[in-house]
Amino acid sequence: MRAVAIAKPAIYRSTVGKKAVMAVSGGVLVLFLIGHMVGNLKIFYGAEDFDHYAHWLRTMGEPAVPYRTLLTLLEVGLVVAVVAHMWSATSLALRARRARPVKYASRKKSHAQGYATHTMRYGGVIIALFIVWHLLDMTFLVVNPAGREATPYERVVQGFAPENWYVTLFYVVAVIMVGLHLAHGTWSAFNSLGLRTPRNNRTLRGVAFALAGVVTLGFLAVPFAVTFGLVS
Amino acid sequence: MKLTLRVWRQKGPQDKGSMVEYPIDDISPDASFLEMLDVLNERLIAEGDEPVAFDHDCREGICGMCSLVINGTPHGPERNTTTCQLHMRKFKDGEVIDVEPWRAAAFPVVKDLVVDRGAFDRIITSGGYISAPTGTAPEAHSTPVPKPDADRAFEAAECIGCGACVAACPNGSAALFLGAKVTHLGLMPQGQPERWDRVVSMLDTHDAEGFGGCTNTGECTVACPKGISLDVIGRLNGDFIKASAGGKKK
Repeated sequence: MRAVAIAKPAIYRSTVGKKAVMAVSGGVLVLFLIGHMVGNLKIFYGAEDFDHYAHWLRTMGEPAVPYRTLLTLLEVGLVVAVVAHMWSATSLALRARRARPVKYASRKKSHAQGYATHTMRYGGVIIALFIVWHLLDMTFLVVNPAGREATPYERVVQGFAPENWYVTLFYVVAVIMVGLHLAHGTWSAFNSLGLRTPRNNRTLRGVAFALAGVVTLGFLAVPFAVTFGLVS
Repeated sequence: MKLTLRVWRQKGPQDKGSMVEYPIDDISPDASFLEMLDVLNERLIAEGDEPVAFDHDCREGICGMCSLVINGTPHGPERNTTTCQLHMRKFKDGEVIDVEPWRAAAFPVVKDLVVDRGAFDRIITSGGYISAPTGTAPEAHSTPVPKPDADRAFEAAECIGCGACVAACPNGSAALFLGAKVTHLGLMPQGQPERWDRVVSMLDTHDAEGFGGCTNTGECTVACPKGISLDVIGRLNGDFIKASAGGKKK
C-alpha cells in the first residue's frame, strides 16, 4: 500500500518557517514573562497584596466565566508556545548537526556579535529544566518546603530562605540565562520575521538589551530580597 | 618567512582524509596565500608527491572560486578579502597555519581542499533569474529604479557565490547567499514577476540540498569577502513569509 503523504504547509516545513514559529512563540513567552515579573514584584507590597493577586489570577473573568477559566486558557496557550518554541529549536539544531557532518580541525572561531548568541541552545535547555523544577515547586507544590497548606507568600519566603541556597542559585542561573536569551532572541525574532531593517536595527538592539536587563533585574529582585531578609 | 602548514589531504570523495603537516621556508611576505601554496606544490611535485588540490581562478578577488578555511576562518584573518587577495605579511614568521576545505554536507569534498559547490548552482537554477526578452540593450530611462533600491540591489549583487557564508555559519546555512540573490533580483523592477515564486522555490532547493537553517548568529556577514549585510537575510525572511503565509505565491 502506498503511504499517503500529508503535505505540511511550507511555512512549517522550511528553515525560514521554523524560525518564524520560533519568533512568534518567543514573543508570546516574552509577554508572559513581563506579566509574571510584574506579579512577582507585588511581594514588595506585603503578604496581603501578594496573596490577593495570586487569588485574583484564579478569579479573573468571574462572574462571566467560572473559577480558573481564563487562567487555564492562558496556561494552555503557554504550553502551546513552549512546545512550538522547543520544537523549532530542536528541529533546527538537529538540522545544523546534519549540515556539517565533518567538523573543523582548527579551533572554532567566532567573529560576530556577542556572548548571548552562543548561549541560546544550552541556555534554552537550562531554562527548560528550570521550568520543570519551578512548576513542581510553585504550581504543583511537590518540592516546595512550605507545601500545600501555606499561602503563596509563605511559599516564596520559605522557598528562597538562606538554608535553601541551592534553590536560589538554580533560580539565579536560570534567570541570567533568560536574560541572555532575550538579549539575542528579541532582536533575532524581528529579523526572522523580516521586520528588521537597517533603519530600525539599532533601536531593536537597544530594546532587546533593555528588555533583557529589566526582566533579569525584575526576576532577581525577589529571591535576593528574601535571601537577604528584606522580605520575610 | 618560515611557516608550518597543516593541510587537509583527502584523495577523493570516499577517502577519510586527515590533516598533514608541511614545514615550508623562504616564503616572501609579499606572496599571496595561493602563491605560497603554489610554492609548496612545486616542491611536492619535485619530490614526487601529489600536489595539494585547491580551487582558484581569477586571483583578483572577483570570481568566487578560491575557498579555504584558514585557522578556522573562511578566507583567512583579513576582513572583506578573498583567500587569493590575502598576503603572507598578515601572518607571523614561524606561525602554524591550518588550511581546511569548506565544511558542509551540501559541499562534499572532491579532493583535498576542493569542494563541490554545485548546490549553489542548483539554488540559482531554481529561481535566481529573471525572464526578460533579450535583444539590444533597452533605453536606461525607460524603467525608472529608485536610487536607494538600485544601491541596495547592487550591494547584494556583489555576492560572488564563494560559499564562505556557509563555511562560517555554525548551522551550515546558506541564508546569506540566498538572501543576496533574493534581494538583488527582488529590488529591481525586472525581478518583480517572479519575486514570490523565486523566494519559495530557492528556499525549497536550499533546504533540500541539506544546508542548515539561519539562526541570526551573524557569522556569515563577517566572513563574507564582499561584506554582504545581514539585512539581506531579513528581506529573504520577510519575502518568504509574505509569499507563503500571505498566499502571494501562484
